[in-house]
Amino acid sequence: MVLLFLLPFYVVLSVAFGTVDPVFQSPLPVFQPWWWTSRYLAEEWHFVAGEFRPVELRTIVYVLLATAICLVISYAVAYYVARFGGKRKALFLTLLIAPFFISYLMRMLSWVELLQPSGYVNNVLTFLHITPHPVNWLAGVPFTVVIGLVYGYIPYMILPLYGFLDRIDKSQLEAGRDLGASPFSTFVRVTLPLSKPAILASLVIVTLPMFGDYYTNNLLSGSPKTTMYGNLLDNSMESTGQGPQAAILVLFLVLFLMIPMLYYMRETAKAQRQQRQQ
Amino acid sequence: MSETVSTRPRAGRPGQQSEAAGSVRTSTRSPLGWWRNPWRRPHILATATWVYLAWSLLPVLIAIGISFNAGRSNSVWQGFSFQWWWGHPKFEPTGALFVSPELRAALIQSLRLSFLTMFIAVPLGVAFAIGISRWRGPAPAGANFLMLFSFVIPEIIIGISMFLFFTYLLKFIHLGTSAQLLSLVTYQVSYPVIIVRARMLSIGKEYEEAATDLGASPTQAIRRVLLPMLYPAILVSFALVFADTIDDFITVRYLSAGASTEPLSVKIYDFSRGALTPAINAAATFLLFATLAMALIGVFLYRRITAGQRGQTTEMTDYLA
Repeated sequence: MVLLFLLPFYVVLSVAFGTVDPVFQSPLPVFQPWWWTSRYLAEEWHFVAGEFRPVELRTIVYVLLATAICLVISYAVAYYVARFGGKRKALFLTLLIAPFFISYLMRMLSWVELLQPSGYVNNVLTFLHITPHPVNWLAGVPFTVVIGLVYGYIPYMILPLYGFLDRIDKSQLEAGRDLGASPFSTFVRVTLPLSKPAILASLVIVTLPMFGDYYTNNLLSGSPKTTMYGNLLDNSMESTGQGPQAAILVLFLVLFLMIPMLYYMRETAKAQRQQRQQ
Repeated sequence: MSETVSTRPRAGRPGQQSEAAGSVRTSTRSPLGWWRNPWRRPHILATATWVYLAWSLLPVLIAIGISFNAGRSNSVWQGFSFQWWWGHPKFEPTGALFVSPELRAALIQSLRLSFLTMFIAVPLGVAFAIGISRWRGPAPAGANFLMLFSFVIPEIIIGISMFLFFTYLLKFIHLGTSAQLLSLVTYQVSYPVIIVRARMLSIGKEYEEAATDLGASPTQAIRRVLLPMLYPAILVSFALVFADTIDDFITVRYLSAGASTEPLSVKIYDFSRGALTPAINAAATFLLFATLAMALIGVFLYRRITAGQRGQTTEMTDYLA
């Protein structure tokens, strides 16, 4: 099973470092590392550093914006349910888990239908005279894409945060309040530092997949104005003869994602060591 | 210039502190209504939570409703009918979910893939989880990292690398059901591993050790002591793997051999970008109902399994108390 896991990555490497059939333009992977060439890699690096740069920057901006919005909303919701859920906690939890059982596609589909020019969102907006005529939300509006990303990934952030905030010992918060801190400063100085590991974990869970997301974008916009890195990958898969490009783009993405991943592993290892010392 | 820059942090800090202290004092003393009251109910947070829940679930309810639409529109309600599910003799019968040959084939492919994946991935994952906990040395840490990594990297990476894998290295496995199944199992196996391992860590080793002390062989200890305690985790894994597989469209789309092996999820994705009829809503609703049915079966089985034990465990706790 580990082989089934590692071998595909090896094939990605072979295709990335391999050559292209001169006649059919189809990739010819080279499986012997000692014959690997970096010719196509260099060519592709040219794209990645040049032509694709706006796309990469846009991806990073969208993902960071969406993550920030996710974090604010999900912290508020998780905090409320964990601390003030009371008798309704079971109901809240069921409603929070529900999106896990609804497919991502279904959730995006419902927004596609709501946001259409003839959809309910535009009906309400024109009825309230907020906009004079229907807005075409699905024609490359960055706002739609970012909110779509938030909508798609936020359940994966709320649950880990909730799980952690629920376990925070109430007596620690009470101690903060007894020592004269306002609710707000108790939150900033006790709750927030305590929940740092949970925030980190949920950021990893939510942010990394967003970097490869192409479907949210395709469904909610589909316009080149909002193309993200994931779309580059998907497009290079759909057009023939682009095998090496897809492989190389995958390689770059994996390398890029290794940075936050390693940072996360180091942080958790550090936290565990501290715990053991205590 | 350089002097002011260097003194700024020193000058700034006391000022900030006094400000913070001031805000604490006013918030506890001044009688400025409920906003200043430190023990007030968190109305803002409550509203935010309810708004979030409405935002997250209402669109889906509307989409489910539209699958029962009587008209062609996918955005406006035009009356109730089942025509997008079973078709209607008066209207075009070809577009409905259970009538259209394309959608019906996709539906069967969806169910086939998810059941097969579920019954292969979960037992494998449970075996892995038990195996990893027995292993010594650096191997478990590496396996752990791999599982975690597969959990958080974008699925498109797995899709593309699996596609290249099956087209260039394992050429004897053709794209289609077998390639889809293999990659789904590889990807999904991390669910049961993570869930079962978490459960094993919370159980601890004491029960197994007690069993072996009482004369059970290691396999007996696993089969008769550990596994029954893992049933809840295993059931949860079954439900999660099923839910995730039936919804998967990324990996499966790259690995499908033409339209005939595309499951329903891929069809929904493709249609959502073009010809969107309420039949697609019906398809998505069907996937949702299938997932819910699976979860309910899980809950039911869990009740059945623990029904006999519940009396015993309470007896045990009584005895301990």
